Amino acid sequence: MRLSSDEIVFWQYGLFKINATIVFTWALMLVLAVGSKLVTRKLSTGLERSRWQSLLEIVVTGIEKQIEEVGLRGPDKYIGFLGTLFLFVASASLCTIIPGYEPPTGSLSTTAALALCVFVAVPFFGIEQQGLGGYLKSYVEPTVIMLPFNIISELSRTLALAVRLFGNMMSGTMIIAILLTITPFIFPIAMSALGLLTGMVQAYIFSILAAVYIASATRARQPAPEPAADRRNTSSVLKRNDHG
Amino acid sequence: MDSITLIAIASIVTAGLTIALGSIGPALGEGRAVATALSSLAQQPDSASTITRTLFVGLAMIESIAIYCFVVSMILLFANPFWNHIIAQAAGK
Repeated sequence: MRLSSDEIVFWQYGLFKINATIVFTWALMLVLAVGSKLVTRKLSTGLERSRWQSLLEIVVTGIEKQIEEVGLRGPDKYIGFLGTLFLFVASASLCTIIPGYEPPTGSLSTTAALALCVFVAVPFFGIEQQGLGGYLKSYVEPTVIMLPFNIISELSRTLALAVRLFGNMMSGTMIIAILLTITPFIFPIAMSALGLLTGMVQAYIFSILAAVYIASATRARQPAPEPAADRRNTSSVLKRNDHG
Repeated sequence: MDSITLIAIASIVTAGLTIALGSIGPALGEGRAVATALSSLAQQPDSASTITRTLFVGLAMIESIAIYCFVVSMILLFANPFWNHIIAQAAGK
C-alpha cells in the first residue's frame, strides 16, 4: 500500500524524478491559472455577465469576506496569498472525484511547502505592517521569559499545519483503499463523499489559520487609535455644547 | 525470536496502541466542544456564523492531535525506518 502519491514515478533520470505529486500539482496550477485568465479576459461591468464571471465574483467576494471576518483589515492585500492557498487546497481535494487522480496535498512534500509559505508570509506581513522592531518586539510581548516559547510555537504551528493537511488527505484515500478490500459496494462511495467534505473543511481551515496567524502578527498596534478618536469626538461635542 | 520478528511485533502493537489511546482524548474534546457550541447556538442564534467558524477551526485543532497519532501509526505500519534498516542489513549479509 502506498503512503503518498510521491511513490508513483512517471519518469526518472538520475536524481530527477517526475512523480504523480508534481504532475498533478502542475495540472492543477495550469487549470486554475489558465481558467481564471480565460474568464477574466473579457470582464463586463454591466448587468449582463457570463456565468463564469459570476462564479469567480462569488468566490473572490466570499474569500474577501472571510478574511475580513477574521480581523485582517484591507483584504485586498492578503487575498493574493490566502485566496491562492484556499483555492489550491480546495481544488486539490475537489478533483478527487476524477478517476485516477491522486490529491497532491496527500503528500507531505506539498503540504510542507504550503506550510513553509505561511511560515515566511507571517513575518513578511508583520514587518510590512509594524516595521522590523515592532515585529520582533511581539516575540517578547508579555515578558522576555516568553521568547523561547514564542519561537517554539512559531515552529510547531508550521509543523502542525503541514501534518494536519497531509494526515487528513492521506487518511481519506487510505480509508477508501481499505474499504475497497473489505466492503467494495456502497461504503467507499459514502466515504469518498465524506472525503470531499473533509477536503473542503481542511482547505477552509488551512487558509483561516494562515489568516489568523497573519492577523496576530500584524494586529498589535492597530486597535489603539479608536478610543482616542472617540474621546476627541466627545470632547469636541462637549465643547460645541459649551459654545451653544 | 530474531530481531526481525521482534521489530514486527513491536511496530504492529505500538501502531494499534497509538491510534487506540490517541483517539480517546480528541474524541472527548470534540464531544465537549460540539456540545458547548450547540448550547451556545441555542442561546444565541444570531451569532451563528461566528460560533460555527470558531467551532470549525477549534475542531480542526483538536482533530489534529488524532491525526498526528494516525500519521505515527501509519509510519510504523507502512514506512517503518527500523524495519527498513533491519531488512537492508539482512540483505547486505
